[in-house]
Amino acid sequence: MSNATELAELTEREYAYGFVTDIESETIPKGLSEEIVRIISAKKEEPRWLLEWRLKAYHRFAKMLEEGHEPTWAMIRYPTIDYQDMYYFSAPKKKQLGSLDEVDPELLRTYEKLGIPLDEQKRLTGVAVDAVFDSVSVATTYKEELEKHGIIFCSFSEAVRRCPELVRKYLGSVVPYGDNFFAALNSAVFSDGSFAYIPKGVRCPMELSTYFRINAQETGQFERTLIVAEEGSYVSYLEGCTAPMRDENQLHAAVVELVALDDAEIKYSTVQNWYPGDKQGKGGIYNFVTKRGKCLGRRSKISWTQVETGSAITWKYPSCILQGEGSVGEFHSVALTNNYQQADTGTKMIHIGAGTKSTIISKGISAGHGQQSYRGLVRIGPKAVGARNYSQCDSLLLGDKCGAHTFPYLEVKNSTATVEHEATTSKIGEDQLFYCQQRGISEEDAISMIVNGFCKEVLRELPMEFAVEAQKLLGMSLEGSVG
Amino acid sequence: MLEIKNLHAKAGEAAILKGIDLTIRPGEVHAMMGPNGSGKSTLASVLAGRPGYSVTAGEILYDGRDLTGIEPEERAREGIFLAFQYPVEIPGVGNHYFLKASLNAIRSHRGEEELDAIDFLALVREKMKMVEVPEDLMNRSINQGFSGGEKKRNEILQMLLLEPRLCILDETDSGLDIDALRVIATGVNALRGPQRSLLVITHYQRLLDHIVPDRVHVLSEGRIALSGDKSLAVELEKKGYGWLETAPPGAEAAAVQ
Repeated sequence: MSNATELAELTEREYAYGFVTDIESETIPKGLSEEIVRIISAKKEEPRWLLEWRLKAYHRFAKMLEEGHEPTWAMIRYPTIDYQDMYYFSAPKKKQLGSLDEVDPELLRTYEKLGIPLDEQKRLTGVAVDAVFDSVSVATTYKEELEKHGIIFCSFSEAVRRCPELVRKYLGSVVPYGDNFFAALNSAVFSDGSFAYIPKGVRCPMELSTYFRINAQETGQFERTLIVAEEGSYVSYLEGCTAPMRDENQLHAAVVELVALDDAEIKYSTVQNWYPGDKQGKGGIYNFVTKRGKCLGRRSKISWTQVETGSAITWKYPSCILQGEGSVGEFHSVALTNNYQQADTGTKMIHIGAGTKSTIISKGISAGHGQQSYRGLVRIGPKAVGARNYSQCDSLLLGDKCGAHTFPYLEVKNSTATVEHEATTSKIGEDQLFYCQQRGISEEDAISMIVNGFCKEVLRELPMEFAVEAQKLLGMSLEGSVG
Repeated sequence: MLEIKNLHAKAGEAAILKGIDLTIRPGEVHAMMGPNGSGKSTLASVLAGRPGYSVTAGEILYDGRDLTGIEPEERAREGIFLAFQYPVEIPGVGNHYFLKASLNAIRSHRGEEELDAIDFLALVREKMKMVEVPEDLMNRSINQGFSGGEKKRNEILQMLLLEPRLCILDETDSGLDIDALRVIATGVNALRGPQRSLLVITHYQRLLDHIVPDRVHVLSEGRIALSGDKSLAVELEKKGYGWLETAPPGAEAAAVQ
C-alpha cells in the first residue's frame, strides 16, 4: 500500500553528525606492531609498568590474531578486518592545554555542532564533560568544582600521571588485558579515555559526561574508561559518541571498567550514535566494545543504560559481576537497527555473592534490513544463595525485511535462586499506526510515538537531558526506515 | 457532506461492498444496521482510509472531494472521525500525551494555534466530565488495561475533543451496559448540530433509543437492502434480519435515495 512507500521515504533521513573537521592532527605510521605500541606509550610519556602491560596485551592479541581467535559467534557479518591497514593513534596537534581557551577553535566548533558546548553553559546543566577527539582527551570542564569534593575526573592519560597507584590498582581488574580479542587490542593500543574516582561517602554533585568523536580517516578509536566508586559513593556517568560519514568502515574498540565498593552506586548511561553507514550499508563504525562493571562491595549497585542507534555493527555486552553480598546489577537497553545495520548486544549478569539481584530490560527495534540479536547470560554461581534475576526482552519489527533474534543463556548452580525470563516480539501494528493516523497524527510522528512508547521503560532511566536527546535520536534514526 | 455512489470495495482480496449509494447531509444522523458480515465495519474502514481496504468501483465524495487516495491522517484532519469498535492498545504512549498530539495536529491543520499544556488540560477536563472519564485514565497508556466501557468512553472523549464534522461510530454500543450506553449517548448527542453529521453503525436498536437517527439503513451482503426512518429500527428489532430476505421488492426500491 501507499504506507510502504511513505514509510520508506520516511527513514531516508541523513546522518546529521557526518561532517569532518579540518584540523591538523598528528598520526603515527599505519599498522600494528610492538614498535607502534612503544611509540604510543612513549608519546604519552607513560610509566614502565603501563608499557609492559600494553606489551603483554599486544602479544596476547597478536597470538589471538595469528590463531584466528577473532570472535565469530555473534550474529554479525562483516568482511575481514585488516588490522595492519589502520592508524592506531591520531591526536589534534598542540597538546598540553591549560584551559579551554587553548583548545583549537576549530575543535570547539565541532563540539558546538554536536550540540556539546564545552563552556560555562555546562554549569547550567550541571554536566561535567570530558571530550575525547580521535585518540586524545582535549578538555575537561568543571575540574575545580569536582576537586572540591575530592572527585577526580580527567582524561585517562592525566590519571596515569596524577594518580598512578589508583590506575595501576584497578586497570584490568574487571576486564583483564587478555579477556577477549578486542579487549586485548584495546589494552595494547588504547590512546586515551576518561577516568573517574569518587571518594568514600561522596555523592557526585553533577553528571559526569564524556563525548567521543572519531574525526581522522582510517583511524581506529580505542578509548579506555575506568570508574572507581569508593564505599558509599554515588556517580552518574554519561557517554555520547559521533563520527563523520566515511565510505570505509572504521573500528572502535573501547573498554570500560567500573568498580563499585561497599554501598557504592554507579549509573552508566550511553547514547551511542556512531555513523551507521549509508542506506546501502556502505561505511559506518564497527563498534566492538567491552564494558563490564564489578560490584565488589556489599550492597553495591551498577546500572547500565544504553541507547544504541548508531554504528554499522554493534558488538557489545555491558555486564555486571555481582561479587559483593546483596549487590545489584541492572541493564536497560534500547538498540535500533535500520538500513543494513547489525547489532548483537545484550549483557552478562554473573551472580557470585549471596542475595545478589539483577534486572535486564532489553528493547530491540529493527527496521529496513536491520538485523539484531539480544544475547544475554545469567549465571548464578554455587554461592549465590537467594540470587534473583528478572529478564525481559522485547523486540519490535518495522517492516518485513528486518530481523530480531533472542539468545538467552542461563546457568544456574544454586537451587535457591530465582530466574525469570520474558520475551516478546511484535510488529509495529498497522492497527496502531492507523489508529494514530485516524486521529490526525502523521505516519512519521506515529511511528516515533509508538517506538518511544515501546522504549519508555528504558528511556526513563536516562538523565533528563539525555532522555530528550535519545527520543529525538530514535525518531531521526527511523525516518524513512519503515516499509 | 457525504455522498457515496455505487461503492464497491474489498477487504484484502474479498469483495465486501457491492454497490452502496448513500447521501448524508449536514446535521443528519444516519444509522447503519445489518447482520454480521454484511459489510458495516468495512464501510467504516473504507471511509476512514484504513490500509488493506480498497475501493474497486464507485466513489466517495466528502464535501464534494473524492476521498480515493487521500491519506487517513488527511481525512481525519478534514474532520472525519472514526470511533473504533476495537480501539487498539499502544503501550508506553500516555493517553494524555496522545490526545494532545492529536488535537494539535488537527488544530494546526485548521490554521488554529496549538494548545499549550494548561489550556489543553482545562479543555480535556471539561470533556472528561461529559463522558465520565476518570482522571487516572489520562495517565495510562492508550487503551492499555482499559475495560471495554473505558475504551469506548475514551473514543467518545476524543470525538468531543476533536470536534469532527463527520462522526462514524463503529458498534460503539457493543459490550456496554445500560449505564455506560447512556453516558456515551449523552456525549454523542452533545455533538449533534446543524453542521455535523453522524453515521452510527450498530446491531441493535437500543443505542438508537438514545441517539435518535434521521434515517435508518439496513446493509445486507454489501448493499443497502432497505432504508427508512427510525421506526425501521424498531421493526428490525422485532422481526430480526431474517425477514429481509423475504421483504417485498418495493421495500428495497424505497431504500435508494
